[in-house]
Amino acid sequence: MSRSASKVPETEQPDGEQASMSMVQAINSALHCTMAADPAVLVMGEDVGFFGGVFRCTEGLYEKYGAHRALDTPIAEGGIVAAAIGMGVNGLRPVVEMQFADYIYPAIDQIISELARLRHRSGGEFFAPVTIRAPCGGGIRGGQTHSQSPEGIFTHVCGLKTVIPSNPYDAKGLLISAIEDDDPVMFFEPKRIYNGPFHGHDNNGGGSGSWSDHPLGQVPIGHYRIPLGKAATIRAGRQVTVLAYGTMVHVAAEAIRASGIDAELLDLRSLLPLDIEAVAASVRKTGRCVVIHEATRTSGYGAELVAEVQETCFWHLRAPIERVTGWDTPYPHAFEWEYFPSQRRIVDALQRTLAYH
Amino acid sequence: MPKTGGNKPVEARGHADATGTWVSKLHVPTGSSRPGEKPDFRALNLVSDDAMFRPAPDCETREAEPLAHGLVRVLDDEGTAGGPWLPELSDEHLLQGLRHMVHVRAYDERMFRMQRQGQLSFYIKSTGEEAVAVAQGMALDSGDMLFPAYRQQGLLFVRGRDVVDMMCHCISNARDNCKGRQMPVFYTWKDGNFFSISGNLATQFSQAVGWAMASAYKGEEHIAATWVGDGSTAEADVHNAMLFAATYRAPVILNIVNNQWAISTPQSFAAGGTTFAARALGYNIPGIRVDGNDFLAVHAVTDWAARRARRGFGPTVIELVTYRVAGHSTSDNPDAYRAHNESEAWPLGDPVARLKQHLIGRDLWSEPQQQALETELKEAISRDWKQALSYGSLEDGPHWPVATMFDDVFQHLPAHLLRQRQQLEEKE
Repeated sequence: MSRSASKVPETEQPDGEQASMSMVQAINSALHCTMAADPAVLVMGEDVGFFGGVFRCTEGLYEKYGAHRALDTPIAEGGIVAAAIGMGVNGLRPVVEMQFADYIYPAIDQIISELARLRHRSGGEFFAPVTIRAPCGGGIRGGQTHSQSPEGIFTHVCGLKTVIPSNPYDAKGLLISAIEDDDPVMFFEPKRIYNGPFHGHDNNGGGSGSWSDHPLGQVPIGHYRIPLGKAATIRAGRQVTVLAYGTMVHVAAEAIRASGIDAELLDLRSLLPLDIEAVAASVRKTGRCVVIHEATRTSGYGAELVAEVQETCFWHLRAPIERVTGWDTPYPHAFEWEYFPSQRRIVDALQRTLAYH
Repeated sequence: MPKTGGNKPVEARGHADATGTWVSKLHVPTGSSRPGEKPDFRALNLVSDDAMFRPAPDCETREAEPLAHGLVRVLDDEGTAGGPWLPELSDEHLLQGLRHMVHVRAYDERMFRMQRQGQLSFYIKSTGEEAVAVAQGMALDSGDMLFPAYRQQGLLFVRGRDVVDMMCHCISNARDNCKGRQMPVFYTWKDGNFFSISGNLATQFSQAVGWAMASAYKGEEHIAATWVGDGSTAEADVHNAMLFAATYRAPVILNIVNNQWAISTPQSFAAGGTTFAARALGYNIPGIRVDGNDFLAVHAVTDWAARRARRGFGPTVIELVTYRVAGHSTSDNPDAYRAHNESEAWPLGDPVARLKQHLIGRDLWSEPQQQALETELKEAISRDWKQALSYGSLEDGPHWPVATMFDDVFQHLPAHLLRQRQQLEEKE
């Protein structure tokens, strides 16, 4: 009955009843579905049990599955990940919540030296199927310790998969895939879009909507998977390819719409494995590429994307590939909208790219 | 060759019920109450005679061992002071302590309300545990270095920080000495020997040990004092702090503020069924558990630890048993995870009320004087707030110039940040 030794199959087409869900509710639904399907799945972390998580992602699990499977932990991120590794080795399938992505660093030795490499160093004998969920990103006045986007640290580590959804539908399907995957997965949740899409601070400071008005806020109630490593085309276009993930998918979409540029927007969804086929097919078509992320620029994931694109598409490129990113400073409390990549910066980059003939 | 290891099939282990689901034998701690329950603090063992002695500050750890499980008190439930820990403090000192605590409370109330009105992005109150920072701050010398967590704002009042400056930090305006970079309450004040507060938990605990090691290295008299909450003791930094402090006999006071709650998680998740002071014993550090709402006891124990450190006998761990009356921060509602008004059942009372009661009992103070003090300080806070806003607000500014976000990443602005700053300014 346990699915703990399962391998993730091809996409399962979701069917059955749907409901309007926020990203928080979709993540919660994924946890309910996987826990119902497999007694080896448990959630663990700070305030995830009785309280249901500071962002409410684990709400109702304590009531349904008890204190043992919605496990409150001491405030020790290194201890949490280490315990999850041990539990994973002993047949469980832990889903760890890091309260903020910014809190991961005390666990970094356990993640990088242990979780990521256990399978390799033991010649394939041991593995720990741990998923680490972490709310990431800024735009909530969280200052430098509640706003970071550290995904590039983890894509640099061999042995970790790294996923960042941009909407409720993807969040649920990707999280189920991550949990049921036998490899460790870093699952970053952009908290700015937990409760609705966000188009950037341009245009009267918001443009926040509700997921209930968004087609991708319609989420199947039951179990479904979105395979890791498959990008989604948000908008087809001919002039330039825009690569984004997480919150920046929405900011980029709005920037493209407002500018009237015929850009093709890809939501990468999974950074590792990367859907390089979809990326390359698009860039070969458009001949231009702009990469967007909220994380700092230097040695960020965008640098990897730029390198991959030029390696696979060099003869098709008609302009230098541009990056629009957060600045190389800690996330400033007072200046978060000057820091956060704005629609205007995105449009400027698109226009610079299009100026090459 | 077949694999001999690997993950065991889960079906092969443990007990299962009729549906095949495991029957867990894992112990998961509980706390003093959950919503709808009657608060129960008996597990804390707050009644004890174990601490009814005061060893010499140069004692061996084992001589002080009962203090780690007992509870040092000076004030009894009626506000009468006595016992081996009774400190020699002037009347003025005690009245000043009361004034500081009332001031902190007025400040917290105002900042909390301003957060609710959208003037601050975030706030953390210290309601119910003001004696910790105020009495400890007053027991230390001004040259001693403070490495606080985010709930020891009382230290700033003791050290004489301008309240307007504190407020300007909290609203990230043009006069914020952190230049708009930090969330509210993560104060920095180098001139006051007050370290820069981090948003990450417990990191300061082991840094304070390093500061103290340098003080000893330089042959100086200054000591360091640092604070963490009960929940934060789970972080490895706390182990590192105790280990290094014991190894090098660093002149440091390691304070653990056991205010019962770490957001929604009870202190039992970090205490493991014993006291936090007892953690020190395994490192050969004296651990003293003190009534954290007893101004006199907190002062006395801190003074003892400071003397011990200053004379070169090394660190002390102090567990301050208190209660977090407010939520963790403005981001949580405590009624969702503990009994409504659980604080009313807290057996160690309120630190302000208890010191006031003591002073009134000694004819040093009166209820009308208390009323007048509260009114005076509330009005002072109102004036300070208006002045702080005159230097700028969070939403409307003025702030520091935006381009200053590139300063201080490094000592000197490197070329790549200069380019990024120019890109930003082109858009201004």
